[in-house]
Amino acid sequence: MSGHSTYEPKTGIERWLDTRLPIIRFGVDLGDFPTPKNLNYWWTFGGILAVCLITQILTGVILAMHYVPNATLAFDSVEHIMRDVNYGWLIRYIHANGASMMFLAVYIHMFRGLYYGSYKAPREVLWLLGMVIYLLMVITAFFGYVLPWGQMSFWGATVITNILGAVPVIGPSITTWLWGGFAVDDPTLNRFFSLHYLLPFIIAGVVVLHIWALHVPGNNNPTGVNVKSEADTVPFHPYYTVKDGFGIGVFLILFAAFVFYNPDGMGHAENFTPANPLVTPQHIVPEWYLLPYYAMLRAVPNKLMGVLTMFGAIGVLFILPWLDRSKVRSMRYRPTARIFLALFLLTCLILGWCGAHEPDATVIPGVGAGFVLGDYGINTDVWLSRIGALLYFAYLIPVQIFLPLFETPLPVPESISEPVLSHPASVPAGATAAPEKKG
Amino acid sequence: MLRKAFAIAAVLGFTAMAQAAFAVTTEATPKDVHWSFEGPFGRFDQEQLQRGYKVYHDVCSSCHAMHLMSYRNLGQLGGPFYDPKYPNPNDNPYVKAIVADYKVPDIDSDTGDVIKRPATPADAFVSPFPNEAAARASNGGALPPDLSLIIKAREDGTQYVYSILTGYKPAPAGLTVPANRYYDPYMPGDMTSFWHGAGPVPTGGFIAMPQQLTPNRVTFDDHMVATPDQEAKDVVAFLAWASEPHQSERKQLGFAVMIYLVIFTGLLYASYRRIWRKVAH
Repeated sequence: MSGHSTYEPKTGIERWLDTRLPIIRFGVDLGDFPTPKNLNYWWTFGGILAVCLITQILTGVILAMHYVPNATLAFDSVEHIMRDVNYGWLIRYIHANGASMMFLAVYIHMFRGLYYGSYKAPREVLWLLGMVIYLLMVITAFFGYVLPWGQMSFWGATVITNILGAVPVIGPSITTWLWGGFAVDDPTLNRFFSLHYLLPFIIAGVVVLHIWALHVPGNNNPTGVNVKSEADTVPFHPYYTVKDGFGIGVFLILFAAFVFYNPDGMGHAENFTPANPLVTPQHIVPEWYLLPYYAMLRAVPNKLMGVLTMFGAIGVLFILPWLDRSKVRSMRYRPTARIFLALFLLTCLILGWCGAHEPDATVIPGVGAGFVLGDYGINTDVWLSRIGALLYFAYLIPVQIFLPLFETPLPVPESISEPVLSHPASVPAGATAAPEKKG
Repeated sequence: MLRKAFAIAAVLGFTAMAQAAFAVTTEATPKDVHWSFEGPFGRFDQEQLQRGYKVYHDVCSSCHAMHLMSYRNLGQLGGPFYDPKYPNPNDNPYVKAIVADYKVPDIDSDTGDVIKRPATPADAFVSPFPNEAAARASNGGALPPDLSLIIKAREDGTQYVYSILTGYKPAPAGLTVPANRYYDPYMPGDMTSFWHGAGPVPTGGFIAMPQQLTPNRVTFDDHMVATPDQEAKDVVAFLAWASEPHQSERKQLGFAVMIYLVIFTGLLYASYRRIWRKVAH
């Protein structure tokens, strides 16, 4: 990967193996990998996500031993897992809540990257690979939610696959091709199951690339300042294995609280009714982690434009490293950018709220829908979604491009070991780094 | 003339749309009942589960199937007739006695004839109707829902089912109740088009099931007084158990897992502090 290797084979077998497949060297180097010594708890979510992915794959492989991907049998086979398979309820609840927990962790991991500028040079490829993982996670989670073949599974699949019909000319053909027929039915369930089993292994492959891309430039850190000397770093093991381990422990406590005490809390009652193509549920909503996109999809009156907005919302994150013109990585030294990021987080939460409610739901209760602007009253979910979508893209494009021209960042420390801001007295006069001036 | 007809049609159409726009499904807020099985430490009361099964058996099961349940489930750990003397529920005498009343369709392996054989504890609950069409035909076109998951399949299921069962009210004057339908304020519905009285449209909807739980509809074996309220609570407890038969086991295991995780995480924190003690960071 990078840096010099400190591994010295001590036995004959190790020397023999080292010249043929240096796998022990590989492991030792991973453990010795020089890591900035100032990583905070927000950095433990990478390890937490690795645990989540492994948990999902292990529980998923076991569930697949008992699940039947057939439109008439799928629902009952899931209940068979819940009732008759030994600890089937535990495995299924870990898997179902594990998806939510993994999205919670990935969102924190991504906001960590946004706050500390971890996507900036030389880590653009690392960020791109992370976005690929996230996109694959969204698709995998969608396929997985369809498998229990309850009402929400079926109608969620119907809504999402129909979205692709908005693509001009080839849209209807794509939809038919995805369905394997002319409606969401048995062939759809079969291919979704096949892909749901396949994609996690592709995610695991991209995770390997993600870690590889991490180990070339090394970790970013809360100051955003490059590692200058060995004094700035500690070996990954045992320093970060134990710190990540503690983070994983805390995360597992939250995870277990959901699995054992509120296992259906993030699901929908509707999904305990078997899929019925003749009865449409009153409210079709996706899982919580996709609600902001759902709100953006519904915010646009034109179907195709809505689809483009939704995919654009993920797509724009891919090019973020090239949109952001600021030379300062960490928002620790960008107070103005920090406010904008907080507003962006708020926007995402508001969009999530909008996605969970009906388009004509009133936002401020007791006031009514208010003045009708275009198709809906201004005090409705739809108009709030529109404002939210606008702010979402405003943060990711114009703010990234123009804010660095106007903001004045705080002084950035010389090195990780000399954080000027937390210990101003320890810095000799005149040694302070020149404040990064505009741009 | 034609233009006038169009204008009238347009106005009528607009009115219909306006009505549709204002048509809202309403239901009364479910009653708030406390259940012994709520919360992390909540457990089912076995006697209540037995009474609840009796209500299901004597009343509900004449129309409602529970196809995800087998008779053996009644005798498994946490079930209404669990007995530590019979860890294998198939040996449980109560389960065997219940099963003795049923015959299930089968094929004679010697002759290939369609026969009925005595049920075993391994058999699924016998459904009251052979198929959906038969169920609808016997119930005025309405399908009695399967009750295996009914508590989970409704928002706030325990309170909802309890409220429906105990919520029947005589229809207010001015409400036209269709044939074979009954008024229940806790049933979601939109009664705008059935309301001709003064004042606001009443909340709730129509249900195809007449009121079932009446005083002494069942005779409880533990001599509990069979009030409609008691019957409803007991059957809801039974249905809540049946919706996830392993839920008490889940909470018990969860308690041990939480203790383990807290200790394990505490040790990890101590290790973290110790390993990092010489690093300024």
